[in-house]
Amino acid sequence: MAVKYTEDHEWVSVDGDVGTIGITDHAQEQLGDIVFVELPDVGNTVAKGDEAGVVESVKAASEIYAPISGEIMEVNAALADAPATANTDPTGEGWFFKIKLSDPSELDGLMDESAYKTFVG
Amino acid sequence: MTETTVTVDQLHDQGAFIGRHIGPSADETAAMLKALGHPSLDALSDEALPSAIQLDQALTLDAPKGEAETLAELAEIAAQNKVATSLIGMGYYGTVTPAVIKRNVLENPAWYTAYTPYQAEISQGRLEALINFQTMVSDLTGMDIANASLLDEATAAAEAMTLGRKLAKNKGGIFFVSERVHPQTIDVLRTRAEPIGIEILVGDEFAGLPSDAFGFLLQYPSTRGSVNDYREIAERAQANGAVVVVAADLLALTLLTPPGEWGADIVVGTTQRFGVPMGFGGPHAAYFATRDAHKRNIPGRIVGVSVDAAGRPAYRLTLQTREQHIRREKATSNICTAQVLLAVIASMYAVYHGPEGLTRIATRVNRLTAILAEGLRRLGYKLDSDAFFDTVTVNAPDYAATVWEAARVEGLNLRYLEGAVGVSLDETSTRQTVERLWSCFWQGSDAEFTFDEIEASLGETLPSDLRRRSDFMTHPVFHLYRSETEMLRYLRRLADKDIALDRSMIPLGSCTMKLNATTEMAAVTWPEFADIHPFAPSDQTQGYLRLIGELERMLAAATGYAAVSLQPNSGAQGEYAGLLVIRAYHQARGESHRDVCLIPSSAHGTNPASAAMAGMKVVVVGCDDKGNVDVDDLRAKAEAHSENLAALMITYPSTHGVFEVQVREICQIVHDHGGQVYTDGANLNALVGLCSPCEFGSDVSHMNLHKTFCIPHGGGGPGVGPIGVAEHLVPFLPGHGELDGGESAIGPVASAPYGSAGILAISWAYIRMMGAEGLKKATQMAILNANYMAKRLSAHYPVLYTGPDGLVAHECIIDLRPIKDVSGVSVDDVAKRLMDYGFHAPTMSFPVAGTLMIEPTESESQVEIDRFCDAMIAIREEIRAVETGDMELDSSALRHAPHTSDDLLADTWDRPYSRRQAAFPLPGMEASKYWPPVSRIDNVYGDRNVICTCPPIEAYQDAAE
Repeated sequence: MAVKYTEDHEWVSVDGDVGTIGITDHAQEQLGDIVFVELPDVGNTVAKGDEAGVVESVKAASEIYAPISGEIMEVNAALADAPATANTDPTGEGWFFKIKLSDPSELDGLMDESAYKTFVG
Repeated sequence: MTETTVTVDQLHDQGAFIGRHIGPSADETAAMLKALGHPSLDALSDEALPSAIQLDQALTLDAPKGEAETLAELAEIAAQNKVATSLIGMGYYGTVTPAVIKRNVLENPAWYTAYTPYQAEISQGRLEALINFQTMVSDLTGMDIANASLLDEATAAAEAMTLGRKLAKNKGGIFFVSERVHPQTIDVLRTRAEPIGIEILVGDEFAGLPSDAFGFLLQYPSTRGSVNDYREIAERAQANGAVVVVAADLLALTLLTPPGEWGADIVVGTTQRFGVPMGFGGPHAAYFATRDAHKRNIPGRIVGVSVDAAGRPAYRLTLQTREQHIRREKATSNICTAQVLLAVIASMYAVYHGPEGLTRIATRVNRLTAILAEGLRRLGYKLDSDAFFDTVTVNAPDYAATVWEAARVEGLNLRYLEGAVGVSLDETSTRQTVERLWSCFWQGSDAEFTFDEIEASLGETLPSDLRRRSDFMTHPVFHLYRSETEMLRYLRRLADKDIALDRSMIPLGSCTMKLNATTEMAAVTWPEFADIHPFAPSDQTQGYLRLIGELERMLAAATGYAAVSLQPNSGAQGEYAGLLVIRAYHQARGESHRDVCLIPSSAHGTNPASAAMAGMKVVVVGCDDKGNVDVDDLRAKAEAHSENLAALMITYPSTHGVFEVQVREICQIVHDHGGQVYTDGANLNALVGLCSPCEFGSDVSHMNLHKTFCIPHGGGGPGVGPIGVAEHLVPFLPGHGELDGGESAIGPVASAPYGSAGILAISWAYIRMMGAEGLKKATQMAILNANYMAKRLSAHYPVLYTGPDGLVAHECIIDLRPIKDVSGVSVDDVAKRLMDYGFHAPTMSFPVAGTLMIEPTESESQVEIDRFCDAMIAIREEIRAVETGDMELDSSALRHAPHTSDDLLADTWDRPYSRRQAAFPLPGMEASKYWPPVSRIDNVYGDRNVICTCPPIEAYQDAAE
């Protein structure tokens, strides 16, 4: 299962034609205590780079951009009651939403783990 | 031997106020100058200010006047206003400010000199008043959540429009505005809609609804008075994916089914008639209420309930991350200032009267109106509608002008409409008002009737299917304070919880918390200024027009601009108005493609938010490591966008508190590429009398009268943000339908023609009493105080950003980041610990995260500045104990700050510092100690559990157990 990263500090983990998206550990650390995650509607179609949600902490509000194009399959409803999961387990239980990829080749434009590590320094 | 005789005139010191406004005495001034190594104030300001921009002559203002003479002149101006009975309505009504509220809130520095409650622990009093306000609004409108006020009804409607566009499923480009909405609201909506590509469609909602509208605005009751059943309209609009916005009258909602019960998505309006004087248009608190689902998109400030370190309920501003200072050009609103003082008054009016009192007032107004209407019918008139609350519009094509004039002669102001007149009754109306009105309408009719006879025959006065059935304001706070004694003590109890300027200095950088002198404040509540309707005939408002004209000229003289508009109600609204002026200028020259706005990265977040609202594209210009505009980057970006360059927004002195040497060159670069220069006047207090923005090349500025020109902050509003413009931009100043019939180049940005006219006498009095010499000296003293403070603190904390000569402007930034790296002590820890020392923290993390920005202003004496520096230095020593390992941070007084008396009197005390060290860390504090009412408030808890109405009393009991 390949994990790719964006310059907006999102990760996308691909399984078949479904990508699971969340924010990186670096992102959650920068944001501090996350208080709210606004997620897209299931069934919506998003294009790569579209605003797909908002993550809010006590000190900042940041847009979440769709790292890849496709249809929103599922969102992590558990975040509504437990937004802190995005702090404690950003790459696991703290995932945001799943997209059915419409163009898997878009993944080639994203960073792999080592490139992302270099990116965040 | 000759004796020097001193004349009576010489003994009368007309400039005495200058020495009252300026804090340091002559000896203190000399001592501070000596500490800085400068021989004189002039020598200091010569060195601090780049010589290229210094004025070589004094401001052209009258000589300073004494306080008594100034009051006498104001009384003479006031006498030129004529207080009539204004029954014009349109969102402005006569009201009685309960005397206990007038004296103990409106005229009380404990309330009016406080700052926005960002430091929640020392703001619990006004935060409670504001959550009362939110609860009152939520209850009356039938909505889930309300904010802590907006600037006025029209801009609240505009905020609802932009939020509606974001929320609506219908992606059409039209915002439908009912023709029954107040005309000034429609005008402001037009101004706000056009730059962001929204089309305003004004029409009759009962004649059909457009399918491609994302939102609808309805007025309830309508501007002509009718009470309409909007249930079906709301349903149809929503079925079409549109958002329903309702502008509603809160007093009417005590009797009418609230919009929240018939489907409104957003409800807005004014709370003026809840005890806030009309003041020729403002300031008044508008409200904004919506459904819980939209709470994270509400514009403005919202008070929420959280808990403190001991688990006690505590109030704080919540959901602030959406504010423009974080989202910048992505923000959908630039709203910053609220109308806290006025919201507090409105909320206290509700506390004072309670739900039954408000209902009684509303019922009385409604019955009077019903009696008036029946009499008019018997006189043969046709009314617009038979369902009304407090306003009737009388159709009289042949008599409208005659009746209107007869009423004017009788001292009754009516609303003049095409072939009709409107009459709005209010709390101050009486049986005599109604009888006098009948006499004005009596055009030889032989109908005979009396008030009592009509009243006896009165049936239901409101449509029964629109009568309110639900309870409101059931919370105990609206029931506990009926006697004046209880009310007085409630107000005192709340005020005592807060730190305002009447207690200690508030050294907030960029906020200029200077003296709001008592003489400056005096005229605000005089009836000749307070009780004037914004649309009163001009023969009644000559005093106001004179005051406004004089103040415009004074402000123009102080800034060098050719003309000034006093309309904008806040700094951010001034920014927006100024950018619209620039936009209109480019359009008039056939260059409407110019839409790029350059903004330095160090700018306040309102700048990019305002630019986005004005339809401009923001291009960020970098800053060098000193916080100055990177001139090479500016040149490159101006060149790259030369074709489309509209404006540069620059703050001067910079947000980092430095006089940038190259400002003249910066302005020139922008002009060379066809752009205009907007100077943010937030830091004007460092300039007045020494240099003028217009002279160094700026084309437009806003001036925060609530900073530089002494209007008090009111605990978070009112603000007044007039704009000054250079000669070539004068034709593009904002207009107002009541003044020019809508013929101006840009429409109004606020409900009232002169914005918050009711408080302009404050700035007028300040300038009159200071004169040119006083204003210049104030600026020099602000620079002296800031530099003295920077010098004292620099031995203990790193001071960021100084000019080439090592001087700061009127504020300084101390850098806590290196300290945090070593000790872990954060800006928050220092800010909260300052509360234990009795001080309000400086501005936190603006313009640089992890720093404190301190602005003492000219009004603080050396004694007070030293007291503050002593506190900061003592805190530095506490930090050092953490650095050296003598004190563990998590157990330190820094981390546990602030300390309540309750914490300190606990049976057990197991902390590694003494109770005395916690509460009285410096000698001499025992006699006059400020006790924080709560300990540190949990921000994360508050933002995760958003509660924005009064918590039940049990919450306090639970915490106590």
